[in-house]
Amino acid sequence: MTPSDAGAAGSTPDARPQDVRPVVEMTGISIEFPGVKALDGVDLRLLPGEVHALMGENGAGKSTLIKALTGVYGIDSGEILVDGEPHRFSGPGEAQAAGIATVYQEVNLCENLTVAENIMLGNEPRRFGAIDWPRTRRRAAEHLATMGLDVDPASSLGSHSIAVQQLVAISRAMVVDAKVLILDEPTSSLDADEVARLFDVVRRLRDQGVAILFVSHFIEQVFDLSDRMTVLRNGARVGEYRTAELSRTELVSRMIGRSMEVLEDLEVRTEHTVDTAQGAPFVQAVGLGRRGSVQAFDLDVHEGEVVGLAGLLGSGRTEVARLLAGADRADTGTLSVKGTLTRLRTPRAAIERKIAFSSEDRKGEGVVGDLTVRENIVLGLQAERGWLRPLPGRQVDEIVHRYIEALNIRPANPDALLRNLSGGNQQKVLLARWLATAPELFILDEPTRGIDVGAKAEIQRLVSDLAGRGMAVLFISAELEEVVRLSHRIAVMRDRRKVAELTNTDTVGVDDVVELIASGGDR
Amino acid sequence: MPTSPTPSTASAAADASGGFGAVVRHPLFWPVVALVALLAVNTAVRPGFLSVSILDDHLFGSPIDILRNCAPLMLVALGMSLVIATRGIDLSVGAVVAISGAVALTFIAGAPDPASTTTVFLAIGMALVLGLVLGVWNGFLVSVLGIQPIIATLILMTAGRGVAMLITEGQITTVTSAPFKTLGAGYWLGLPVATLVAFGVFGLVALLVRRTALGMLVESVGINPAASRLAGVRARTIVWTVFALSGLFSGLAGLILSSNVMAADANNAGLFIELDAILAVVIGGTSLAGGKFSLSGTFVGVLIIATLSLTVTNVGISPLVTPLFKALVVAAVTLLQSPAMRRKLAERTRRRGRTAPVPPSDKPADVSTDKVVA
Repeated sequence: MTPSDAGAAGSTPDARPQDVRPVVEMTGISIEFPGVKALDGVDLRLLPGEVHALMGENGAGKSTLIKALTGVYGIDSGEILVDGEPHRFSGPGEAQAAGIATVYQEVNLCENLTVAENIMLGNEPRRFGAIDWPRTRRRAAEHLATMGLDVDPASSLGSHSIAVQQLVAISRAMVVDAKVLILDEPTSSLDADEVARLFDVVRRLRDQGVAILFVSHFIEQVFDLSDRMTVLRNGARVGEYRTAELSRTELVSRMIGRSMEVLEDLEVRTEHTVDTAQGAPFVQAVGLGRRGSVQAFDLDVHEGEVVGLAGLLGSGRTEVARLLAGADRADTGTLSVKGTLTRLRTPRAAIERKIAFSSEDRKGEGVVGDLTVRENIVLGLQAERGWLRPLPGRQVDEIVHRYIEALNIRPANPDALLRNLSGGNQQKVLLARWLATAPELFILDEPTRGIDVGAKAEIQRLVSDLAGRGMAVLFISAELEEVVRLSHRIAVMRDRRKVAELTNTDTVGVDDVVELIASGGDR
Repeated sequence: MPTSPTPSTASAAADASGGFGAVVRHPLFWPVVALVALLAVNTAVRPGFLSVSILDDHLFGSPIDILRNCAPLMLVALGMSLVIATRGIDLSVGAVVAISGAVALTFIAGAPDPASTTTVFLAIGMALVLGLVLGVWNGFLVSVLGIQPIIATLILMTAGRGVAMLITEGQITTVTSAPFKTLGAGYWLGLPVATLVAFGVFGLVALLVRRTALGMLVESVGINPAASRLAGVRARTIVWTVFALSGLFSGLAGLILSSNVMAADANNAGLFIELDAILAVVIGGTSLAGGKFSLSGTFVGVLIIATLSLTVTNVGISPLVTPLFKALVVAAVTLLQSPAMRRKLAERTRRRGRTAPVPPSDKPADVSTDKVVA
């Protein structure tokens, strides 16, 4: 894909104010990792007194670009100008010295120190070589005051909420008189009030002339806060836009690389007719929700039906899956399985009700790397039986052989350690683990992420087949084409909330879903 | 993301040296070499070291001493292996050893007829049940309350000897009871009863662990607790079980130790046995990070430590430098069996192989160990 293919429609990419010189101007930045072109000639400019949002899907190159700017990664080609001077930072320290401060998603502060100590750490005023504590505290208090924060500088940082800690982290960044402040997903663990408070501070800094680079997956927040945005896709820049001149729909379609005019290829779809009218749904959630994770939602999945969950990363897709799989406990609403009210307190409780959950975090929550393919496949089934009732060896061999064959697992060696398999084959082994437990509802969270095209197609076909044989499937994917192609119904998530649900017909296309992701539920 | 080249390519290249290479790469190779070397040193110092004779109707000699002396450690290290495999550690085993001995001997001493088998069996039963209960306590702290294993078992480690002291009322309790003495100092079919009991339990558990699914589930929990939970493994039960077993085996070890000397010394029984047990497990190739465990490795590890203790006296090393000597041997064995060290060695062999080419082997590279399969 080239940067030029999307910029055209309706926006003014070159909305450069003539009188202001950018604080940061990155041009033609390229970074290559072995086998991957992470950034391909990307431009980015930050103007003083503006909030600039950096947008893009997972893997678009946002964090790589930030790391190029802050000196974490070296760049292969391109130019970075700060205040018109060319710079090549070889570490975050140098970037900071040049006035570029970064606040990361996870608060990188010392919880056991006081607020004042955290703010001034490394920059304490000194007298005769020793730290001048009264002055340190005074300076910290001044910094807090400039940001309009009412926090006791002598209180311990750990006693404050994450939101306040985040604000303290920003105060700390501003101690060095940063000209550029990079906020990488600062709001992901904050609630609405806390976000508002953070934004007040950010606006105040903007009005003081600081250039702010803001990264967030929350579209509403981006539109609320930013003045300008740069969209990245697959390591390339799609364009730069004034926020006021771009609609939500346009933004989303630029992020995922599909314009509204392109029609979906209808031939590759699965059969969309499933008779959901008869019988109760296999699983039915009513007002199910969990504080700080996902707002109350209704959702049901019938036997033989694939329900797709669409939405951007962080929109609450995974959180819905985890509630239905017992991986997290719901604190509101009810859940019934086959018409019986149940509470899923543990994943095991879900498994006992024939609900299988393949996590999106394959490495962290799926693969048991040092065990063999054989052991990984039978793990779920064996866990269900308990350790005292081992599966007979012959049955293990039969199951393992069957799934290696059916899912085309390569190498077809049951004794290979799972960590030595490729991502796609690891994923197939995990699917085999769950299929061996004969689930009636299969929750698949990003089963095709990061795996090669062949394996992806095989997994898609498998999902379709399973539903054809009467299994209920909840299918989650960031790739909307996949969701549209496989699902009978699609639930759309945005900002941790289910905003819409549509029944898939032959006329439904990716664009309809994009529109719902961008604006659904607001009308 | 930048990916660093994996060491697999290096070691895969070094693997192509056929059968001998496979033997050298076996995780038990270096521990066994260390054991053989230790025995060789002993034989060099005292040529009759390995000879076994028959005396008083039973086998007699240094090898038999090693087998008998290692019995308590064998039991403790068995439990420790399982605990370590779940990412845990059990520091309280020494204290449980002391408590178990104290309970048994105090009961026997207070019984009307210390020499009756009923008394002895009751005493043994009580000590074992108590060991199990203490293990369950540890398991409760770790798996239910979520206390870090090192802290949870430190509680019993420090408190346990005090408890033993209370039981023995601060005395070193001694008894005379022939049936009880059999456990630690007796012989059956010419072999020490302690050895038969310890090896029997070890073999039984090794069999149990691999014949049931316990071993696999223990490893699964140790390797990736989050994935195991989502796969429906009852991680809590598993962790609880291994701590309970560790307590039970330590209780049995305490019985053997106290029976051997027919005394319960709350302060010194099983002192530092937790450290020896951890060492034995590590020497045997089980990582302290949890996951894959090797009971046969632990077995060899225990034999090494027991032989080492005997070597110190046999070679006549001054008691002043004994700890240093032990430390050096342990450090050497641990280094030799560490994967990083073996990789270095393999690279050296490979470099030497380049100057004097080794005939290429037709044996395909072992997929399960080294090759990354795309």
